[in-house]
Amino acid sequence: MTFLELKDLRIHFPTDDGLVKSVDGLSFSLERGKTLGIVGESGSGKSVTSLGILGLHKGGRARISGEIWLDGEELVSASAEHVRTLRGKKMAMIFQDPLSAMHPFYTVGAQIIEAYRIHHKVSKSVARKHAIEMLDRVGIPQPDRRVDSYPHEFSGGMRQRAMIAMALSCDPELLIADEPTTALDVTVQAQILDLMRDLQRDFNAALIIITHDLGVVAELSDDILVMYAGKAIEYGTSEDIFERPEHPYTWGLLGSMPRLDRERTERLMPIKGTPPSLINVPQGCAFHPRCTYGDRTGGKSTTEVPTLLESEGGHLVRCHLSGDVRRSIWENEIKPNLEAP
Amino acid sequence: MTDSLLSVQNLQKHFPITKGMLKRQVGAVKAVDGVSFDVVKGETLGLVGESGCGKTTTGRLITRLIEPTGGKIVFDGHDITHMSQGRIRPLRRDIQMIFQDPYSSLNPRHTVGAIVGAPFRIQGVQTEQGTKKAVQEILELVGLNPEHYNRYPHEFSGGQRQRIGIARTLALKPKLIIADEPVSALDVSIQAQVVNLLEDLQNELDLTYVVIAHDLSVVRHISDRVAVMYLGKIVELADRKSLYESPMHPYTNALLSAVPIPDPKRRKDRERIRLQGDVPSPLNPPPACRFHTRCWKAQEICSQVEPPLLALATGHQVACHFPENAPASGDVAVTGAGAVTAEGALQAGGAGDAAPGEGPAGKGTASAS
Repeated sequence: MTFLELKDLRIHFPTDDGLVKSVDGLSFSLERGKTLGIVGESGSGKSVTSLGILGLHKGGRARISGEIWLDGEELVSASAEHVRTLRGKKMAMIFQDPLSAMHPFYTVGAQIIEAYRIHHKVSKSVARKHAIEMLDRVGIPQPDRRVDSYPHEFSGGMRQRAMIAMALSCDPELLIADEPTTALDVTVQAQILDLMRDLQRDFNAALIIITHDLGVVAELSDDILVMYAGKAIEYGTSEDIFERPEHPYTWGLLGSMPRLDRERTERLMPIKGTPPSLINVPQGCAFHPRCTYGDRTGGKSTTEVPTLLESEGGHLVRCHLSGDVRRSIWENEIKPNLEAP
Repeated sequence: MTDSLLSVQNLQKHFPITKGMLKRQVGAVKAVDGVSFDVVKGETLGLVGESGCGKTTTGRLITRLIEPTGGKIVFDGHDITHMSQGRIRPLRRDIQMIFQDPYSSLNPRHTVGAIVGAPFRIQGVQTEQGTKKAVQEILELVGLNPEHYNRYPHEFSGGQRQRIGIARTLALKPKLIIADEPVSALDVSIQAQVVNLLEDLQNELDLTYVVIAHDLSVVRHISDRVAVMYLGKIVELADRKSLYESPMHPYTNALLSAVPIPDPKRRKDRERIRLQGDVPSPLNPPPACRFHTRCWKAQEICSQVEPPLLALATGHQVACHFPENAPASGDVAVTGAGAVTAEGALQAGGAGDAAPGEGPAGKGTASAS
């Protein structure tokens, strides 16, 4: 049985300007011990998805439909109180900015202890010992002293480690990391990515990593989901996405990114235009105003919303172009330009 | 340097830390501590480093937004280090700055026309066709619609706002542009648009750039020469090719090897140099070589004698007692277990097809001058 499965999840927010369709029909599944990378630009719905899985939209303005199955339990219809008992213990989250995710008035230790004692009936001293162990596990030096430090006394990298310790303190089976390294310097980012990889192996958790950085995704993910305007537009193994990408948006992302592991190209190949507003998502394929290949779909891209279809061996693509056309465009028009002559 | 547009010599900025009612100075944050470089007309110099290394402060010193503590800044033949506001004003036409955050760097209550037209007003520049026409031409140049003249910043997306900022920078046809993290606040697809725009503008208008950024891949893409900063000092300065292909300073090696590579096949066989801990506080930087506390090659001398920034015959400058890829790198003694593993990692990286920043030892054919 799959551990986490989303079926046609929709999260819409009514606003004065109109209905914001942040997540619009998202489905994917994830096994224990596997890592899924969700990639997309700001406003593509990746963070809203993760908060939705954790049940953090409950009680708010959001209109949620679809199904979220976590280990045999459906969460969209579950009560907020029930989801609360799962949060922390069954699933946990690492947030982007550890300084705003931690309470400045309480010590780091107190915050980990609090989370642990909500789910375990243990004394404060036992919980404190556990907090020290967790801080040690994530590589905080002198954890028995640092447990009594306040968040502001930690550096950015240490704060992110403490956040990870907090998220892992109840041994969650699903861990969602939302831009876990975006706020960090590159040498510290490398440390945190290593740490997450090691911890996932040890805890055998299912990991969802949300980021806009394709490099970070390639470092950690088994599978990758590319989102655009609230929808999945491509899904596959990381080899599929990086070696044989089939959606024009994914090509655009790869062409936009200068790469250190290749010879320098003279020009970057950006995507034209800007991401759409989620209130007025373009008719037909949401990507068509920015797509260079729309004219090869016989006019379908402006009228019909494409469906997410299997291309080859579990590689899903939402595009009107036929598989053969896509593969030939990638091989002949895109790939050669990504490599310097 | 014959035609260097900007020359910075031993530039320093110490921010005092004061205590008590009398504001007695108890210490100083040495944000920039002896930085020297030249920028040649028409080139792009990249300044990279982690947060707190002083790269932004350096940019602000060059534009004289803050007053230097020591050193010298020569721009286009004028010593502007301590020039008075009145005397420097005419020169400000020629030095402009692009800011990181397109949300906070544009006044929300001014129209695009007022924002981009402000330089004309402040400098008292009269154009033949009138300011409005001139502004609209610039808007077109940066890829915005001239009809946007009367709109407000909130009506634009992040990428468009950054274009407005760039338009303002270009208004008076400056000679030197300091771009402080010009793309880091933008989405990936928009970043590439702005990078291409900066390159096109440079070719069209013969601009000189100093680009300050933390993203090593972006810096490689746009820079001709790159300076790596660590805790207020330049540790390495070289042309793009030699810096990225045969970096000499251990810190540069570590930085390059820490960049995540978007290639899932590579991640298994890629050996990395892992730096321990964080960047020390610039309030109390380590003595002598500031990197020795995190360096796997550090020996006794590194904590006692500060390595000067030496230029090799090839123009590659490096401040290290035991540089990588150096002519005599085979002779460099390696001590301690940590050093051995790191060295092994380097070699493994060099063998695996051109992992970034790790050429085989001795590949650099530079010789000390």
